[in-house]
Amino acid sequence: MNDSRYAGAILFGLAATSALAIAAMTLGRFPISLPDLWAVLWRDDASLPASYAQVVWNVRAPRVAGALLVGAALSSAGAAFQQMFRNPLVAPDTLGVSAGAALGAVGAIFMGLSVVAIQALAFLGGLAAVALVWLIASRLRALDPLVTLILTGIVVAGLIGAAISLLKYLADPYNQLPVITFWLLGSLASFGRQDFLASFTPIAAAIVALWLVRWRVNLLTLDDDEARALGIHVTALRGYVVCAATLATATAVAFSGIIGWVGLVVPHCARLLVGPGFTRLLPVAALLGAAFVLAVDTLGRTIAAIEIPPGVLTALVGSPVFVYLLARVRRSD
Amino acid sequence: MRSALACAALVAAFAPPSIAQTTITDATGRTVAIPATIRKVYAAGPPASVFVLALAPDKLAGWTRALRPDEIPFLSPSVTRLPELGRLTGRGGTANVEVLMAAKPDVVVDIGSTSPTYASLAERVQETTGIPYLLFDGRLADTPRLLRELGRAIGAASEGEALAASVEASLARIAARIATIPEARRPRVFYARGPNGLATAPRGSLQSEVLDLAGARNVAEPPPGFPGSLVNVSLEQVLLWQPDVIVTIDPEFARAVRSRPEWQAVAAVRNNRVYVAPELPFGWIDAPPALNRILGLEWLVRILHPAAFPEPLGPRIVEFHRRFYHQTPTDAQVAALLATAGLPR
Repeated sequence: MNDSRYAGAILFGLAATSALAIAAMTLGRFPISLPDLWAVLWRDDASLPASYAQVVWNVRAPRVAGALLVGAALSSAGAAFQQMFRNPLVAPDTLGVSAGAALGAVGAIFMGLSVVAIQALAFLGGLAAVALVWLIASRLRALDPLVTLILTGIVVAGLIGAAISLLKYLADPYNQLPVITFWLLGSLASFGRQDFLASFTPIAAAIVALWLVRWRVNLLTLDDDEARALGIHVTALRGYVVCAATLATATAVAFSGIIGWVGLVVPHCARLLVGPGFTRLLPVAALLGAAFVLAVDTLGRTIAAIEIPPGVLTALVGSPVFVYLLARVRRSD
Repeated sequence: MRSALACAALVAAFAPPSIAQTTITDATGRTVAIPATIRKVYAAGPPASVFVLALAPDKLAGWTRALRPDEIPFLSPSVTRLPELGRLTGRGGTANVEVLMAAKPDVVVDIGSTSPTYASLAERVQETTGIPYLLFDGRLADTPRLLRELGRAIGAASEGEALAASVEASLARIAARIATIPEARRPRVFYARGPNGLATAPRGSLQSEVLDLAGARNVAEPPPGFPGSLVNVSLEQVLLWQPDVIVTIDPEFARAVRSRPEWQAVAAVRNNRVYVAPELPFGWIDAPPALNRILGLEWLVRILHPAAFPEPLGPRIVEFHRRFYHQTPTDAQVAALLATAGLPR
């Protein structure tokens, strides 16, 4: 893909995502037509009931923005991890961030804490899990460092999974257990304005941080020795990428619960479109991920009076797409 | 299976010969032989604990989980001393069969689903331990029947009859007064659960029975094709429903909802009509789904139809606690419950 076609694709993606966002703003259980939306957006809504403005500004806009943000965060982190680990099966939660966040949230629910405390503990849990994985992996020198990191991530996630199971087992089955189950399913249903304000900065900072090192991340796909020969401090750069991707993922998971498949499948689709170069991959993955989560969440909140968890829909869409991608890879080999 | 049978045979061989036996048919249709004199009853889950506590507190073998410090002052020392034995079935058992056997109950009673899954679990435990296992079911409206059946099964028939008559009278009085309120004048209620208040129990579900009996119009319909249970809804859906009243069991949600801007578009929030069900010593709406909900029903009808139910709730709380939990609450305890419940006096 040459530069002008790439620029065209990005513009098209931006336009398509914006159109999707506008469509999502008019869709929902509360009926708001496009002219009504327009009136509310331009504060020209004196003739409409006050509830319209409240739905648009307090409920729907934050939720649409939240879906875009979470989607961009998960797929950017996934793209960075897949690049860094040189492994197509890596997802943003490979280093245990989702497991750690889940343990934090489940612990907070178990203790009966407030939503803000649940989010805070989930965020800290995600960071702590990855820090633990990094710490353990850096002490083990027998294997290739990347393989060690992945294996340590699996081990720590398994250990945390046991702790979550224990808390679920001990939780009050009539009251706490349903809350835990709903949290683990993931949802943007309660994503409000303050959630957006709290999550925007860390996610934006993480994506910008990845963008700043886009050239050097490409070099991580080389052998460590080659990369070093080109003047890259490999371990430091890896630490930097892990920090940025973890910040994005931990924030997303803390506010939306666990929404699987996005960080795994979307970067592959992006790679199919623009090739493996991280400079192009990162914006395209972020855009695609944002649009994907927005589409899935909009579907989940409109098709029935009850919410369909986004994680269910991403798995329904993501798993066949992933199989299709696998089939394609084999054919092209 | 074979080892379970062998084990049962072994238990039978070493068990002291029972003097007299009677048979009981439980809600699954299983006919179970039980000792004529019941001294100790193991309640297999939280709902059964509440029923056995009401019927025969001296026969309760223990609790399914240790009582929390805030629950203890509401119950008499003779029952708060009882050990934690774990849940046997229901949603995920925590009990060890050996703990159950060491407690040496004469009978195990469980209240909940009587589906083949639970019937076979009951049968399995009975074979393994040699202790008769009775499984009962009952919606809230069936509480009198359940009290009589369970009372007969655990040798507390007269207590069962007395409690059943009391519950029957309450239910009948409430139903008669609600029948006089036209459908259109019954408040539309959203039952908010979970810390973000967006989980709900639709009409007809086990979790929302108190709402149904209290003459509330539950705004949430069960999803077509599924029996009602807990579901998540979007805030927009709540805005569309515009409930008159929000009832919740989550105090965190009730606190948070006041400051969340997105909830201010809900009239019930603006009008300060968000009510928290007290949870001590047992939940008023749910958790566990047992006779404790009768008190929640008495509360909710006063919230929803104050004109039809002008009597103060305080004396009703005292009477209910004395009769069903066997301890008269202090004035401070009643005042605390009423403060949580959002009612004067």
